[in-house]
Amino acid sequence: MVPLSYYLVLGGFLFACGVTGFLIKRNIITIFMSIELMLNGVNLTFVAFAAHWGALSGQVFVFFVMVVAAAEAAVGLAIIISVYRTRETLNVDHVNLLKL
Amino acid sequence: MLHLILFSVFAAVCVAGAVNLIAQRHPIDSALSLVVVMGSLAAEYLLLGAEFVAAVQVIVYAGAIMVLFVFVIMLLNAGEEERTKGSRIALLFGVPGMLVGSVLIAWVLIERSGTHAVEAGALPGQPRIIGWLLFHDFLLPFEVTSILVLIAIMGAVVLASRPDAAEQPRKEG
Repeated sequence: MVPLSYYLVLGGFLFACGVTGFLIKRNIITIFMSIELMLNGVNLTFVAFAAHWGALSGQVFVFFVMVVAAAEAAVGLAIIISVYRTRETLNVDHVNLLKL
Repeated sequence: MLHLILFSVFAAVCVAGAVNLIAQRHPIDSALSLVVVMGSLAAEYLLLGAEFVAAVQVIVYAGAIMVLFVFVIMLLNAGEEERTKGSRIALLFGVPGMLVGSVLIAWVLIERSGTHAVEAGALPGQPRIIGWLLFHDFLLPFEVTSILVLIAIMGAVVLASRPDAAEQPRKEG
């Protein structure tokens, strides 16, 4: 028997790690991976609450979050590729102009 | 008891992977730690009885999405990230901020939420039940998601294709 709060703490820690990575990383791909980490933390919270309240809708919502994350990854990585093509860098500090 | 031990082991692996993702400077190392995090999260889902979610986590997240990430890292030949002034300042304030934030979250959650325990596999999350829910209660969101995925595919193709790719065959011909 694991208290619900343990799962929530783990989810919260993953989310905090994701936020930190998002803030301190300078590589655009790693920043993107930090976003995925945040989504994973939220997913764990969803599943834990679904088990706690006995409502399966939480697990269905996790499914939707995963679909949106997959779509986001596809589009985001395409954007990264096109940024790299035009600027030849992945460092977000060097990508500071809207216009080339 | 066994439940708690399994939870602790996979939670420790998960936390180690998440910290390693931030600590590593090469994107490919970060990507591999993210795979570790996702794999151990799938085990946590299994402990919660969410079999379908655990399977999808491994197939979609640890499989498809991470392969896409590694593929892009290899394609763009991403090297170690360089430290800039901004990133040092973010490091200086971000890491202590994260520690304080997560300790606060943990304290509040453990203090306030009492001792509600989640039984192992308390809730059946088999694919049959999830599928029934998806095609009855959540049919409209499900169909909307299919449109979203279609748009995402088209968007990715348009964004990643070279602007002059359509004209090149004409020049050769």
